[in-house]
Amino acid sequence: MSKRYNFAAVLSAVVLICCGALILGQKVNAAGEGKITGTVKLDGTAPHMKGIDMAKDPYCSKAHASDPGHLETYVVGADGGMANVVVYISEGLTGSAASEASAAEPVFDQKNCMYTPHVLALAVDQKFKVTTSDQTTHNIHPLPNPMTGNIPWNQSQPPGAAPVEKSWKAPEVIPVQCNIHPWMHGWFVVVKGPHATSDTKGAYTISNVPPGNYTVTAWQEAAGTQTQKVTVAAGAAGTANFTFKAK
Amino acid sequence: MPTRMWKWSLSVAAAAVLALPVPSWGQLTQYDLESRMGAESHVGNVTGHAKDAKTAYRRYCVGCHGPLGDGNGENFPWVDPKPRDFQLGVFKCRSTPTGTLPTDQDLFDTIGRGLDRSNMPQWDPLSNQDRADLVAWVKHFSPRWTNEKPGAPIEIPAEPEVTAERIKAGRDVFARVQCWKCHGVLGQANGPSAATLTDDLGRPIAAYNFTEGSRPKCGDTDRDIYRIFMTGLDGTPMPSFADNIKPDEAWDLVFYLRTLMSQPSKAKAMAKQLGLKPVDPNAPAGQQ
Repeated sequence: MSKRYNFAAVLSAVVLICCGALILGQKVNAAGEGKITGTVKLDGTAPHMKGIDMAKDPYCSKAHASDPGHLETYVVGADGGMANVVVYISEGLTGSAASEASAAEPVFDQKNCMYTPHVLALAVDQKFKVTTSDQTTHNIHPLPNPMTGNIPWNQSQPPGAAPVEKSWKAPEVIPVQCNIHPWMHGWFVVVKGPHATSDTKGAYTISNVPPGNYTVTAWQEAAGTQTQKVTVAAGAAGTANFTFKAK
Repeated sequence: MPTRMWKWSLSVAAAAVLALPVPSWGQLTQYDLESRMGAESHVGNVTGHAKDAKTAYRRYCVGCHGPLGDGNGENFPWVDPKPRDFQLGVFKCRSTPTGTLPTDQDLFDTIGRGLDRSNMPQWDPLSNQDRADLVAWVKHFSPRWTNEKPGAPIEIPAEPEVTAERIKAGRDVFARVQCWKCHGVLGQANGPSAATLTDDLGRPIAAYNFTEGSRPKCGDTDRDIYRIFMTGLDGTPMPSFADNIKPDEAWDLVFYLRTLMSQPSKAKAMAKQLGLKPVDPNAPAGQQ
Protein backbone atom coordinates (compact mmCIF):
# COMPACT_ATOMS: atom_id res chain seq x y z
CA MET A 1 0.00 0.00 0.00
CA SER A 2 1.45 3.41 -0.95
CA LYS A 3 2.09 6.13 1.60
CA ARG A 4 -0.27 8.45 -0.15
CA TYR A 5 -3.06 5.91 0.11
CA ASN A 6 -2.43 5.58 3.86
CA PHE A 7 -2.58 9.33 4.24
CA ALA A 8 -5.88 9.47 2.37
CA ALA A 9 -7.39 6.74 4.52
CA VAL A 10 -6.32 8.40 7.78
CA LEU A 11 -7.58 11.77 6.60
CA SER A 12 -10.98 10.40 5.64
CA ALA A 13 -11.24 8.62 9.01
CA VAL A 14 -10.48 11.89 10.82
CA VAL A 15 -13.09 13.73 8.75
CA LEU A 16 -15.56 10.98 9.57
CA ILE A 17 -14.95 11.19 13.33
CA CYS A 18 -15.22 15.00 13.29
CA CYS A 19 -18.56 14.82 11.44
CA GLY A 20 -19.84 12.25 13.96
CA ALA A 21 -18.76 14.41 16.90
CA LEU A 22 -20.47 17.44 15.37
CA ILE A 23 -23.75 15.61 14.86
CA LEU A 24 -23.78 14.04 18.32
CA GLY A 25 -22.71 17.27 20.02
CA GLN A 26 -25.59 19.35 18.68
CA LYS A 27 -27.66 20.49 21.64
CA VAL A 28 -31.24 21.54 21.33
CA ASN A 29 -32.25 24.65 23.21
CA ALA A 30 -35.02 23.59 25.59
CA ALA A 31 -36.50 27.10 25.78
CA GLY A 32 -39.35 28.09 23.47
CA GLU A 33 -40.34 24.55 22.56
CA GLY A 34 -43.34 24.13 20.33
CA LYS A 35 -45.70 21.36 19.46
CA ILE A 36 -47.24 19.52 16.55
CA THR A 37 -50.99 18.96 16.56
CA GLY A 38 -53.56 17.66 14.15
CA THR A 39 -56.40 15.27 13.46
CA VAL A 40 -56.36 11.81 11.94
CA LYS A 41 -59.41 10.82 9.90
CA LEU A 42 -60.58 7.81 7.99
CA ASP A 43 -61.90 8.50 4.51
CA GLY A 44 -65.25 6.81 3.83
CA THR A 45 -67.19 4.40 6.00
CA ALA A 46 -65.33 2.56 8.70
CA PRO A 47 -64.91 -1.18 8.04
CA HIS A 48 -67.16 -3.41 10.11
CA MET A 49 -65.33 -4.71 13.18
CA LYS A 50 -66.18 -8.33 13.90
CA GLY A 51 -67.47 -9.29 17.31
CA ILE A 52 -65.30 -11.57 19.44
CA ASP A 53 -66.54 -14.91 20.68
CA MET A 54 -65.09 -15.21 24.17
CA ALA A 55 -66.98 -18.39 25.05
CA LYS A 56 -63.78 -20.32 25.70
CA ASP A 57 -63.25 -18.32 28.88
CA PRO A 58 -66.46 -17.78 30.92
CA TYR A 59 -64.81 -14.93 32.86
CA CYS A 60 -64.25 -12.99 29.63
CA SER A 61 -67.68 -13.63 28.13
CA LYS A 62 -69.32 -12.60 31.41
CA ALA A 63 -67.32 -9.35 31.48
CA HIS A 64 -68.70 -8.59 28.00
CA ALA A 65 -72.27 -9.76 28.67
CA SER A 66 -73.80 -6.30 28.10
CA ASP A 67 -71.07 -4.83 25.88
CA PRO A 68 -69.77 -7.42 23.38
CA GLY A 69 -66.10 -7.15 22.52
CA HIS A 70 -65.09 -6.20 18.98
CA LEU A 71 -61.84 -6.27 17.07
CA GLU A 72 -60.05 -2.92 17.30
CA THR A 73 -58.25 -2.81 13.97
CA TYR A 74 -60.08 0.43 13.12
CA VAL A 75 -61.53 2.54 15.94
CA VAL A 76 -63.40 5.36 14.20
CA GLY A 77 -65.67 8.03 15.75
CA ALA A 78 -68.92 9.46 14.31
CA ASP A 79 -67.10 12.29 12.49
CA GLY A 80 -64.48 9.99 10.99
CA GLY A 81 -61.81 10.72 13.62
CA MET A 82 -59.59 7.65 14.01
CA ALA A 83 -58.07 6.54 17.33
CA ASN A 84 -54.91 4.51 18.02
CA VAL A 85 -52.83 6.20 15.32
CA VAL A 86 -49.28 6.89 16.46
CA VAL A 87 -47.76 10.13 15.17
CA TYR A 88 -44.04 10.64 15.62
CA ILE A 89 -41.16 12.69 14.25
CA SER A 90 -39.34 10.49 11.77
CA GLU A 91 -36.85 13.06 10.44
CA GLY A 92 -35.38 16.34 11.64
CA LEU A 93 -34.74 15.62 15.33
CA THR A 94 -31.14 15.99 16.40
CA GLY A 95 -28.98 15.20 19.38
CA SER A 96 -30.54 14.94 22.78
CA ALA A 97 -34.14 15.54 21.65
CA ALA A 98 -34.03 12.32 19.65
CA SER A 99 -32.55 10.17 22.38
CA GLU A 100 -34.31 11.59 25.43
CA ALA A 101 -36.55 8.94 26.97
CA SER A 102 -39.75 10.21 28.54
CA ALA A 103 -39.93 10.03 32.32
CA ALA A 104 -43.62 9.11 32.19
CA GLU A 105 -44.30 5.41 32.79
CA PRO A 106 -47.42 4.43 30.82
CA VAL A 107 -49.57 1.43 31.75
CA PHE A 108 -50.68 -1.36 29.42
CA ASP A 109 -53.59 -3.04 31.17
CA GLN A 110 -55.31 -6.36 30.55
CA LYS A 111 -58.93 -5.56 31.28
CA ASN A 112 -62.01 -7.64 30.46
CA CYS A 113 -59.77 -9.80 28.28
CA MET A 114 -58.78 -6.87 26.03
CA TYR A 115 -55.70 -4.66 25.96
CA THR A 116 -56.16 -1.11 27.27
CA PRO A 117 -54.88 0.78 25.39
CA HIS A 118 -54.92 -1.27 22.21
CA VAL A 119 -51.86 0.65 20.96
CA LEU A 120 -49.17 1.93 23.30
CA ALA A 121 -46.60 4.33 21.85
CA LEU A 122 -43.25 4.38 23.64
CA ALA A 123 -39.90 6.07 23.23
CA VAL A 124 -36.80 3.89 23.05
CA ASP A 125 -35.75 2.93 26.62
CA GLN A 126 -38.98 4.37 28.08
CA LYS A 127 -40.22 2.23 30.95
CA PHE A 128 -43.79 0.93 30.91
CA LYS A 129 -45.90 -1.31 33.12
CA VAL A 130 -48.03 -4.26 32.13
CA THR A 131 -50.87 -4.76 34.62
CA THR A 132 -53.87 -7.08 34.88
CA SER A 133 -57.32 -6.14 36.17
CA ASP A 134 -58.78 -9.56 35.33
CA GLN A 135 -59.74 -12.58 37.42
CA THR A 136 -58.38 -14.91 34.77
CA THR A 137 -54.81 -15.82 33.83
CA HIS A 138 -53.19 -13.99 30.92
CA ASN A 139 -49.78 -14.41 29.40
CA ILE A 140 -48.23 -11.25 28.06
CA HIS A 141 -46.17 -12.18 25.02
CA PRO A 142 -44.66 -9.41 22.84
CA LEU A 143 -43.22 -10.60 19.52
CA PRO A 144 -40.43 -8.24 18.40
CA ASN A 145 -37.94 -9.29 15.75
CA PRO A 146 -34.86 -10.29 17.79
CA MET A 147 -32.64 -9.03 14.95
CA THR A 148 -33.62 -5.43 15.81
CA GLY A 149 -32.16 -5.64 19.32
CA ASN A 150 -35.57 -6.02 21.00
CA ILE A 151 -35.83 -9.41 22.67
CA PRO A 152 -39.11 -11.35 22.91
CA TRP A 153 -40.26 -12.50 26.36
CA ASN A 154 -43.35 -14.22 27.70
CA GLN A 155 -44.68 -13.85 31.24
CA SER A 156 -47.73 -15.23 32.96
CA GLN A 157 -50.04 -12.88 34.86
CA PRO A 158 -52.55 -14.83 36.95
CA PRO A 159 -55.29 -12.91 38.86
CA GLY A 160 -53.73 -10.41 41.28
CA ALA A 161 -50.29 -10.58 39.65
CA ALA A 162 -47.90 -7.69 40.28
CA PRO A 163 -47.18 -5.36 37.32
CA VAL A 164 -44.38 -6.31 34.94
CA GLU A 165 -42.00 -3.41 34.26
CA LYS A 166 -40.17 -3.36 30.93
CA SER A 167 -38.68 -1.14 28.20
CA TRP A 168 -37.54 -1.61 24.57
CA LYS A 169 -34.07 -0.99 23.20
CA ALA A 170 -34.78 -0.14 19.55
CA PRO A 171 -37.48 1.51 17.41
CA GLU A 172 -39.91 -1.14 16.17
CA VAL A 173 -43.63 -1.85 15.81
CA ILE A 174 -44.06 -4.81 18.16
CA PRO A 175 -47.21 -6.96 18.14
CA VAL A 176 -48.25 -8.32 21.54
CA GLN A 177 -50.53 -11.26 22.16
CA CYS A 178 -52.02 -13.50 24.80
CA ASN A 179 -51.77 -17.16 23.84
CA ILE A 180 -54.52 -18.13 26.28
CA HIS A 181 -57.00 -15.66 24.72
CA PRO A 182 -56.13 -15.69 21.02
CA TRP A 183 -58.31 -12.67 20.22
CA MET A 184 -56.12 -10.45 22.43
CA HIS A 185 -53.87 -8.50 20.08
CA GLY A 186 -52.20 -5.17 20.76
CA TRP A 187 -49.19 -3.12 19.74
CA PHE A 188 -46.15 -1.50 21.30
CA VAL A 189 -45.02 1.20 18.86
CA VAL A 190 -41.46 2.12 19.83
CA VAL A 191 -40.10 5.31 18.27
CA LYS A 192 -37.29 7.81 18.82
CA GLY A 193 -38.19 11.09 20.47
CA PRO A 194 -41.53 12.86 21.05
CA HIS A 195 -44.70 11.17 19.83
CA ALA A 196 -48.47 11.07 20.39
CA THR A 197 -51.38 8.70 19.89
CA SER A 198 -54.67 9.93 18.45
CA ASP A 199 -57.73 9.85 20.74
CA THR A 200 -61.26 8.72 19.88
CA LYS A 201 -61.85 11.99 18.00
CA GLY A 202 -58.66 11.48 16.00
CA ALA A 203 -56.94 14.40 17.73
CA TYR A 204 -53.29 14.29 18.78
CA THR A 205 -50.66 16.67 20.15
CA ILE A 206 -46.93 16.06 20.21
CA SER A 207 -45.43 18.27 22.93
CA ASN A 208 -41.83 19.32 23.65
CA VAL A 209 -40.87 19.79 20.02
CA PRO A 210 -37.89 22.13 19.50
CA PRO A 211 -38.34 24.70 16.68
CA GLY A 212 -37.34 23.27 13.33
CA ASN A 213 -38.36 21.54 10.13
CA TYR A 214 -39.58 18.00 10.52
CA THR A 215 -41.05 15.02 8.77
CA VAL A 216 -43.81 13.44 10.85
CA THR A 217 -45.07 9.92 10.29
CA ALA A 218 -48.52 8.61 11.22
CA TRP A 219 -48.81 4.83 11.73
CA GLN A 220 -52.04 2.87 11.72
CA GLU A 221 -51.92 -0.88 12.29
CA ALA A 222 -53.86 -1.84 9.14
CA ALA A 223 -53.90 1.27 6.94
CA GLY A 224 -50.13 1.70 7.01
CA THR A 225 -48.05 4.87 7.35
CA GLN A 226 -48.17 8.40 5.93
CA THR A 227 -45.64 11.20 6.20
CA GLN A 228 -45.85 15.00 6.08
CA LYS A 229 -43.48 17.93 6.40
CA VAL A 230 -44.11 20.30 9.29
CA THR A 231 -42.39 23.47 10.45
CA VAL A 232 -42.46 24.36 14.13
CA ALA A 233 -41.62 27.93 15.16
CA ALA A 234 -40.36 28.78 18.67
CA GLY A 235 -43.24 28.43 21.15
CA ALA A 236 -45.78 27.80 18.39
CA ALA A 237 -47.63 24.80 17.02
CA GLY A 238 -47.18 23.14 13.65
CA THR A 239 -50.15 21.34 12.14
CA ALA A 240 -50.29 18.01 10.34
CA ASN A 241 -53.66 16.42 9.53
CA PHE A 242 -53.79 12.92 8.12
CA THR A 243 -56.50 11.12 6.16
CA PHE A 244 -56.24 7.36 5.76
CA LYS A 245 -58.14 5.01 3.48
CA ALA A 246 -59.20 1.71 4.95
CA LYS A 247 -57.38 -1.30 3.51
CA MET B 1 -8.23 8.66 -14.39
CA PRO B 2 -4.91 9.67 -12.72
CA THR B 3 -3.87 7.19 -10.02
CA ARG B 4 -4.00 9.75 -7.22
CA MET B 5 -7.60 10.68 -7.94
CA TRP B 6 -8.61 7.06 -8.16
CA LYS B 7 -7.14 6.36 -4.71
CA TRP B 8 -8.81 9.39 -3.22
CA SER B 9 -12.19 8.49 -4.55
CA LEU B 10 -11.75 4.96 -3.26
CA SER B 11 -11.05 6.15 0.26
CA VAL B 12 -13.94 8.63 0.15
CA ALA B 13 -16.24 5.84 -0.98
CA ALA B 14 -14.97 3.64 1.86
CA ALA B 15 -15.64 6.44 4.35
CA ALA B 16 -19.15 6.89 2.96
CA VAL B 17 -19.87 3.19 3.40
CA LEU B 18 -18.52 3.22 6.95
CA ALA B 19 -20.69 6.21 7.82
CA LEU B 20 -23.90 4.38 6.92
CA PRO B 21 -25.86 3.05 9.89
CA VAL B 22 -25.15 -0.63 10.37
CA PRO B 23 -28.03 -2.59 8.83
CA SER B 24 -28.79 -5.06 11.60
CA TRP B 25 -32.08 -6.49 10.43
CA GLY B 26 -32.76 -8.90 7.71
CA GLN B 27 -30.91 -12.01 6.78
CA LEU B 28 -27.34 -12.54 7.78
CA THR B 29 -24.83 -13.17 5.06
CA GLN B 30 -21.84 -15.44 4.82
CA TYR B 31 -19.74 -12.36 5.53
CA ASP B 32 -21.43 -11.71 8.90
CA LEU B 33 -20.85 -15.32 9.85
CA GLU B 34 -17.17 -15.29 8.86
CA SER B 35 -16.65 -12.23 11.05
CA ARG B 36 -17.94 -14.14 14.07
CA MET B 37 -15.92 -17.29 13.47
CA GLY B 38 -13.96 -16.55 16.67
CA ALA B 39 -16.99 -17.44 18.82
CA GLU B 40 -16.19 -19.65 21.82
CA SER B 41 -18.11 -21.66 24.38
CA HIS B 42 -17.15 -22.67 27.90
CA VAL B 43 -18.68 -25.81 29.34
CA GLY B 44 -17.05 -27.06 32.51
CA ASN B 45 -13.33 -27.13 31.69
CA VAL B 46 -13.92 -27.62 27.97
CA THR B 47 -13.55 -24.65 25.63
CA GLY B 48 -15.38 -24.92 22.32
CA HIS B 49 -14.28 -23.10 19.16
CA ALA B 50 -16.71 -22.31 16.36
CA LYS B 51 -14.09 -22.80 13.66
CA ASP B 52 -13.56 -26.40 14.79
CA ALA B 53 -17.25 -27.28 14.38
CA LYS B 54 -17.52 -26.51 10.66
CA THR B 55 -17.23 -30.13 9.56
CA ALA B 56 -19.45 -31.58 12.27
CA TYR B 57 -22.16 -28.98 11.56
CA ARG B 58 -22.09 -29.74 7.85
CA ARG B 59 -22.21 -33.43 8.54
CA TYR B 60 -24.87 -33.63 11.27
CA CYS B 61 -26.83 -30.38 11.54
CA VAL B 62 -27.01 -28.57 8.21
CA GLY B 63 -29.76 -30.78 6.79
CA CYS B 64 -32.31 -29.26 9.15
CA HIS B 65 -30.76 -26.05 10.50
CA GLY B 66 -29.39 -24.90 7.13
CA PRO B 67 -26.03 -23.45 6.05
CA LEU B 68 -26.93 -20.03 7.48
CA GLY B 69 -28.39 -21.48 10.70
CA ASP B 70 -31.82 -20.05 9.94
CA GLY B 71 -33.59 -23.39 10.30
CA ASN B 72 -34.14 -23.49 6.55
CA GLY B 73 -32.22 -26.65 5.72
CA GLU B 74 -33.37 -29.01 2.98
CA ASN B 75 -35.45 -31.02 5.47
CA PHE B 76 -37.36 -27.93 6.60
CA PRO B 77 -40.61 -28.74 4.70
CA TRP B 78 -40.79 -32.24 6.14
CA VAL B 79 -40.18 -31.77 9.85
CA ASP B 80 -42.51 -30.51 12.56
CA PRO B 81 -41.72 -28.89 14.99
CA LYS B 82 -39.62 -26.81 12.59
CA PRO B 83 -35.82 -26.64 13.05
CA ARG B 84 -34.66 -23.80 15.30
CA ASP B 85 -33.61 -20.53 13.64
CA PHE B 86 -30.26 -19.90 15.35
CA GLN B 87 -30.04 -16.38 13.91
CA LEU B 88 -32.83 -15.22 16.23
CA GLY B 89 -30.97 -16.44 19.31
CA VAL B 90 -34.26 -17.50 20.98
CA PHE B 91 -34.20 -20.89 22.72
CA LYS B 92 -36.71 -23.07 24.55
CA CYS B 93 -34.52 -24.94 27.01
CA ARG B 94 -32.74 -22.48 29.27
CA SER B 95 -31.75 -22.17 32.90
CA THR B 96 -32.04 -18.37 32.48
CA PRO B 97 -35.06 -16.02 32.81
CA THR B 98 -37.44 -15.41 29.89
CA GLY B 99 -36.06 -12.95 27.33
CA THR B 100 -32.41 -13.77 28.08
CA LEU B 101 -29.82 -15.87 26.29
CA PRO B 102 -29.23 -19.43 27.49
CA THR B 103 -25.90 -20.41 29.02
CA ASP B 104 -23.36 -22.46 27.06
CA GLN B 105 -24.17 -25.36 29.38
CA ASP B 106 -27.89 -25.11 28.41
CA LEU B 107 -27.09 -25.45 24.69
CA PHE B 108 -24.59 -28.21 25.42
CA ASP B 109 -27.26 -30.11 27.38
CA THR B 110 -29.80 -29.73 24.55
CA ILE B 111 -27.36 -31.28 22.05
CA GLY B 112 -26.83 -34.27 24.33
CA ARG B 113 -30.45 -34.62 25.41
CA GLY B 114 -32.15 -34.05 22.09
CA LEU B 115 -35.69 -32.69 21.96
CA ASP B 116 -38.38 -35.29 22.50
CA ARG B 117 -41.30 -35.26 20.05
CA SER B 118 -39.17 -33.52 17.41
CA ASN B 119 -36.60 -34.56 14.83
CA MET B 120 -33.73 -33.45 17.09
CA PRO B 121 -32.06 -36.65 18.30
CA GLN B 122 -29.70 -37.19 21.22
CA TRP B 123 -26.18 -36.65 19.90
CA ASP B 124 -24.60 -39.35 22.04
CA PRO B 125 -21.76 -40.23 19.64
CA LEU B 126 -20.33 -36.71 19.77
CA SER B 127 -17.56 -36.10 22.29
CA ASN B 128 -17.80 -33.32 24.84
CA GLN B 129 -15.29 -31.35 22.78
CA ASP B 130 -17.39 -31.80 19.61
CA ARG B 131 -20.51 -30.65 21.45
CA ALA B 132 -18.76 -27.61 22.95
CA ASP B 133 -17.46 -26.69 19.48
CA LEU B 134 -21.00 -26.99 18.10
CA VAL B 135 -22.31 -24.75 20.91
CA ALA B 136 -19.79 -22.09 19.82
CA TRP B 137 -20.90 -22.65 16.22
CA VAL B 138 -24.58 -22.22 17.14
CA LYS B 139 -23.67 -18.97 18.92
CA HIS B 140 -21.83 -17.54 15.91
CA PHE B 141 -25.13 -17.44 13.98
CA SER B 142 -26.73 -14.77 16.17
CA PRO B 143 -25.51 -11.21 16.76
CA ARG B 144 -27.15 -11.45 20.19
CA TRP B 145 -24.07 -13.13 21.63
CA THR B 146 -21.93 -10.20 20.55
CA ASN B 147 -24.26 -7.65 22.14
CA GLU B 148 -25.57 -9.45 25.25
CA LYS B 149 -24.51 -11.79 27.99
CA PRO B 150 -26.51 -14.91 28.95
CA GLY B 151 -29.01 -14.38 31.77
CA ALA B 152 -28.12 -15.43 35.32
CA PRO B 153 -29.38 -18.99 35.86
CA ILE B 154 -32.42 -19.10 38.15
CA GLU B 155 -31.81 -20.39 41.64
CA ILE B 156 -33.40 -23.72 42.44
CA PRO B 157 -33.58 -24.59 46.14
CA ALA B 158 -32.84 -28.16 47.23
CA GLU B 159 -35.71 -30.54 46.45
CA PRO B 160 -37.87 -31.14 49.53
CA GLU B 161 -39.42 -34.49 50.47
CA VAL B 162 -42.67 -35.19 48.62
CA THR B 163 -45.65 -35.22 51.00
CA ALA B 164 -49.44 -35.40 50.64
CA GLU B 165 -49.65 -31.74 51.77
CA ARG B 166 -47.20 -30.68 49.08
CA ILE B 167 -49.09 -32.53 46.35
CA LYS B 168 -52.35 -30.88 47.44
CA ALA B 169 -50.63 -27.47 47.59
CA GLY B 170 -49.29 -28.11 44.09
CA ARG B 171 -52.82 -28.79 42.89
CA ASP B 172 -53.83 -25.37 44.28
CA VAL B 173 -51.00 -23.73 42.34
CA PHE B 174 -52.08 -25.60 39.18
CA ALA B 175 -55.59 -24.17 39.70
CA ARG B 176 -54.49 -20.64 40.69
CA VAL B 177 -52.15 -19.93 37.78
CA GLN B 178 -54.50 -21.87 35.49
CA CYS B 179 -52.10 -24.32 33.87
CA TRP B 180 -55.25 -26.16 32.72
CA LYS B 181 -56.15 -23.35 30.29
CA CYS B 182 -53.78 -25.05 27.84
CA HIS B 183 -52.69 -28.32 29.44
CA GLY B 184 -56.20 -29.41 30.52
CA VAL B 185 -57.35 -30.38 34.01
CA LEU B 186 -55.94 -33.90 33.55
CA GLY B 187 -52.79 -32.72 31.74
CA GLN B 188 -54.07 -34.11 28.43
CA ALA B 189 -53.23 -30.93 26.46
CA ASN B 190 -56.92 -30.31 25.81
CA GLY B 191 -57.60 -27.10 27.77
CA PRO B 192 -59.90 -24.45 26.26
CA SER B 193 -56.93 -22.55 24.75
CA ALA B 194 -54.98 -25.59 23.50
CA ALA B 195 -56.40 -25.64 19.98
CA THR B 196 -55.40 -22.08 19.04
CA LEU B 197 -51.79 -22.05 20.29
CA THR B 198 -49.12 -20.77 17.92
CA ASP B 199 -45.37 -20.27 18.30
CA ASP B 200 -43.61 -16.90 17.90
CA LEU B 201 -43.52 -17.34 14.13
CA GLY B 202 -47.27 -18.01 13.97
CA ARG B 203 -47.05 -21.77 13.41
CA PRO B 204 -49.47 -24.08 15.25
CA ILE B 205 -47.93 -25.71 18.33
CA ALA B 206 -49.24 -28.28 20.79
CA ALA B 207 -49.27 -27.95 24.57
CA TYR B 208 -47.39 -30.70 26.43
CA ASN B 209 -49.51 -33.77 27.10
CA PHE B 210 -48.49 -35.11 30.53
CA THR B 211 -50.37 -38.38 30.11
CA GLU B 212 -48.92 -39.97 26.98
CA GLY B 213 -45.58 -41.01 28.44
CA SER B 214 -43.23 -38.79 26.42
CA ARG B 215 -40.39 -36.96 28.12
CA PRO B 216 -40.70 -33.22 28.77
CA LYS B 217 -38.70 -31.39 26.07
CA CYS B 218 -36.11 -29.85 28.35
CA GLY B 219 -35.31 -32.89 30.48
CA ASP B 220 -37.22 -35.22 32.77
CA THR B 221 -35.66 -34.72 36.19
CA ASP B 222 -37.65 -32.85 38.84
CA ARG B 223 -35.24 -29.93 38.51
CA ASP B 224 -35.77 -29.84 34.74
CA ILE B 225 -39.55 -29.60 35.25
CA TYR B 226 -39.11 -26.90 37.91
CA ARG B 227 -37.00 -24.93 35.45
CA ILE B 228 -39.59 -25.08 32.65
CA PHE B 229 -42.30 -23.03 34.33
CA MET B 230 -39.87 -20.67 36.09
CA THR B 231 -38.03 -19.73 32.85
CA GLY B 232 -40.76 -20.30 30.26
CA LEU B 233 -40.03 -21.86 26.89
CA ASP B 234 -39.08 -18.82 24.79
CA GLY B 235 -40.44 -18.83 21.26
CA THR B 236 -43.52 -20.77 22.39
CA PRO B 237 -46.77 -19.86 24.21
CA MET B 238 -45.36 -21.28 27.48
CA PRO B 239 -44.72 -18.21 29.67
CA SER B 240 -42.49 -17.74 32.69
CA PHE B 241 -44.30 -17.96 36.04
CA ALA B 242 -41.24 -16.78 37.99
CA ASP B 243 -43.02 -13.66 39.30
CA ASN B 244 -46.10 -15.55 40.42
CA ILE B 245 -44.93 -18.88 41.84
CA LYS B 246 -42.65 -18.86 44.90
CA PRO B 247 -39.71 -21.31 44.92
CA ASP B 248 -41.34 -23.51 47.58
CA GLU B 249 -44.67 -23.54 45.67
CA ALA B 250 -42.76 -24.43 42.52
CA TRP B 251 -41.64 -27.69 44.13
CA ASP B 252 -45.26 -28.37 45.14
CA LEU B 253 -46.29 -27.89 41.52
CA VAL B 254 -43.55 -30.24 40.31
CA PHE B 255 -44.96 -32.95 42.61
CA TYR B 256 -48.50 -32.34 41.38
CA LEU B 257 -47.39 -32.49 37.72
CA ARG B 258 -45.74 -35.84 38.51
CA THR B 259 -49.18 -37.15 39.53
CA LEU B 260 -50.54 -36.26 36.06
CA MET B 261 -47.69 -37.98 34.20
CA SER B 262 -48.12 -41.59 33.14
CA GLN B 263 -44.62 -42.54 34.36
CA PRO B 264 -44.68 -44.13 37.83
CA SER B 265 -43.46 -41.89 40.66
CA LYS B 266 -43.74 -41.59 44.41
CA ALA B 267 -46.01 -38.55 43.98
CA LYS B 268 -48.29 -40.46 41.59
CA ALA B 269 -48.68 -43.34 44.05
CA MET B 270 -49.46 -40.92 46.89
CA ALA B 271 -52.06 -39.07 44.81
CA LYS B 272 -53.76 -42.37 44.02
CA GLN B 273 -53.91 -43.20 47.72
CA LEU B 274 -55.30 -39.73 48.47
CA GLY B 275 -57.96 -40.11 45.79
CA LEU B 276 -56.94 -36.69 44.47
CA LYS B 277 -59.48 -35.27 42.01
CA PRO B 278 -58.62 -33.02 39.05
CA VAL B 279 -59.03 -29.27 39.56
CA ASP B 280 -62.44 -27.72 38.88
CA PRO B 281 -62.04 -24.95 36.29
CA ASN B 282 -65.36 -23.40 37.35
CA ALA B 283 -64.56 -23.17 41.08
CA PRO B 284 -64.20 -19.60 42.43
CA ALA B 285 -60.64 -18.45 43.10
CA GLY B 286 -59.05 -20.17 46.10
CA GLN B 287 -61.88 -22.69 46.54
CA GLN B 288 -60.64 -25.89 44.98
